[in-house]
Amino acid sequence: MTRPAFRRLLRAGLVLGAFTICFGVVAGARAQSIELLNVSYDPTRELYRDINAAFLADWNAKHPDRKITTIRQSHGGSGAQARTVIDGLNADVVTLALAGDIDAVAERSKKLPLDWQKRLPDNSSPYTSTIVFLVRKGNPKAVKDWGDLVKPGIQVITPNPKTSGGARWNYLAAWAYAEKAFNKDDAKVRDYIAKLLGNVPVLDTGARGATTTFTQRGIGDVLLAWENEAFLAQDEFGKDKFDIVVPSLSILAEPPVALVDGNVDAKKTREAAQAYLEFLYTPKAQAIIAKNHYRPRNTEAADPKDLALFPKLELVTIDKDFGGWAKAQPTHFGDGGTFDQLYKPAR
Amino acid sequence: MSDATLPAATAPARRDGSRARGESRFVQFVLIAVSLAFLLLFLLLPLVTVFVEAAARGWEAYRAAITEPDAQAAIRLTLIVAAIAVPFNTVVGIAAAWAIAKFEFRGKNLLISLLDLPFSVSPVISGLVFVLLFGAQGYFGPWLQAHGVSIIFALPGLILATVFVTFPFVARELIPHMQSLGSADEEAALTLGASPWRVFFTITLPNVKWSLFYGILLCNARAMGEFGAVAVVSGKIRGETNTMPLHVEILYNEYMGPAAFAVASLLAGLALVTLVLKTLLEWHYGDAIAASRRH
Repeated sequence: MTRPAFRRLLRAGLVLGAFTICFGVVAGARAQSIELLNVSYDPTRELYRDINAAFLADWNAKHPDRKITTIRQSHGGSGAQARTVIDGLNADVVTLALAGDIDAVAERSKKLPLDWQKRLPDNSSPYTSTIVFLVRKGNPKAVKDWGDLVKPGIQVITPNPKTSGGARWNYLAAWAYAEKAFNKDDAKVRDYIAKLLGNVPVLDTGARGATTTFTQRGIGDVLLAWENEAFLAQDEFGKDKFDIVVPSLSILAEPPVALVDGNVDAKKTREAAQAYLEFLYTPKAQAIIAKNHYRPRNTEAADPKDLALFPKLELVTIDKDFGGWAKAQPTHFGDGGTFDQLYKPAR
Repeated sequence: MSDATLPAATAPARRDGSRARGESRFVQFVLIAVSLAFLLLFLLLPLVTVFVEAAARGWEAYRAAITEPDAQAAIRLTLIVAAIAVPFNTVVGIAAAWAIAKFEFRGKNLLISLLDLPFSVSPVISGLVFVLLFGAQGYFGPWLQAHGVSIIFALPGLILATVFVTFPFVARELIPHMQSLGSADEEAALTLGASPWRVFFTITLPNVKWSLFYGILLCNARAMGEFGAVAVVSGKIRGETNTMPLHVEILYNEYMGPAAFAVASLLAGLALVTLVLKTLLEWHYGDAIAASRRH
């Protein structure tokens, strides 16, 4: 190539670059109407895709003058998502896996009041869930209950409780089982948890990562999963691939939602964001919630077929059995907590 | 150009060498077989898998995956980030390479080491550094927030992280080439009364154009493909701060394997284009690039 040819190339590159920048600026300037950002945890991707479509139709029919153009979603491990909101991610609402993570946002960012959980009904949790086991078809390792998870040679898949909310529910459910089984003998409970963690080959950062490790990469014998995540895996891969095992006891998981006041006031989106959260409690949304295998608070509009799927089992609660997240979080998952004491990564 | 004589001088020597080691034909064969097997297994097979998986559900599904609004936004964002980061790094890279290759100054070695920093630091750290600086809890966070400027979890943060990670490519290609050329041509031009700018545009830049092009190519490939650093500063807002590599991961995690591989195939296609351009460059201008490879 000659020198003019090189110049031409250079010029073409510059024009292309300038064009792309202009395009980006124009694209940025176009989005002017209301836009909401929902920062959520891992397994709710499918749930909020449906909820958002229903809410958009509902709101835009009632407010033709102030239409919401889009509801953006961000998903990841619950603890990691809380961290990004603390670091400045402009969330209008947070819909995380557990109250402890929203507490952290409230404490550190000071963008919402510390008593945020009292602002909406049912502990600000429009849906609940629990922890079940997902095993390979026919349950080849005969995993029936929590006691079977510590047997030698069983590989248990669960995410990292430091970053994942689901993993923290898993951990506490196992803890509750051990306390009951060993009559609150602390040494035996710790021994059980240490053995359980010893059977975990990898700790993913979020529930969805753990599910793909189990279902798509084929690692492990049993996945400790959100009930909704276990049903979803069955829906996606077919009932002939995985079985759900319901343990004798589990935990009532309450994934809460909250408005981030500091952000909605800066973005002037308070009214829409508040309506979005209240919409979650309407019969229409509760039916969508049941359809996505989360347990609705209000079952009147839900499809009985969806409700019939939920097994009945004994559920402990975070407030009664662990003294709430304010106590459970530092005791078990804080720096030097029981998880740090008992988890020794596999060699 | 002086390096035009290079291949003529080295080629016969190479031929003699292989003839002298005639008895080690077997070794030669084994070495070639091993490298070829490795390339097939570790490079070609995964690449083919990407395209096969992408095509698994047919052309319509492929088109749908790529034209879906979130995917389009991811593609657009990736192009915008590269369109800003690459020219920036090109200009700064040329300046740094020029300074290092043509001038003697105190702290030159330090500058060379600093240039390599982005290569030696894990991309996650590169991303976290920007969160610590510009995040809401970071050093400049409160000020930025008070003035309504968002850097992290927005376009500027993505560009910053990409610039940081891809910074060394252009300079790294240029420095050895410029050094090997020396500054005799430039000095001659200067003594004949040319202005420094004219010297730069008529001598320095044309002399290294192919190394420069090569550096830009590598820089662009990495800018579009970067995952780690970008993942930390992105906030993963779909349709807004999700780049193509992040979008691939999201799709995969949503049980949309074929769609994930469809978008991945675009990235792989980009890698292939880069590879072809690189090979063409080496083919036609092997001598100039070889010069830049002699460290």
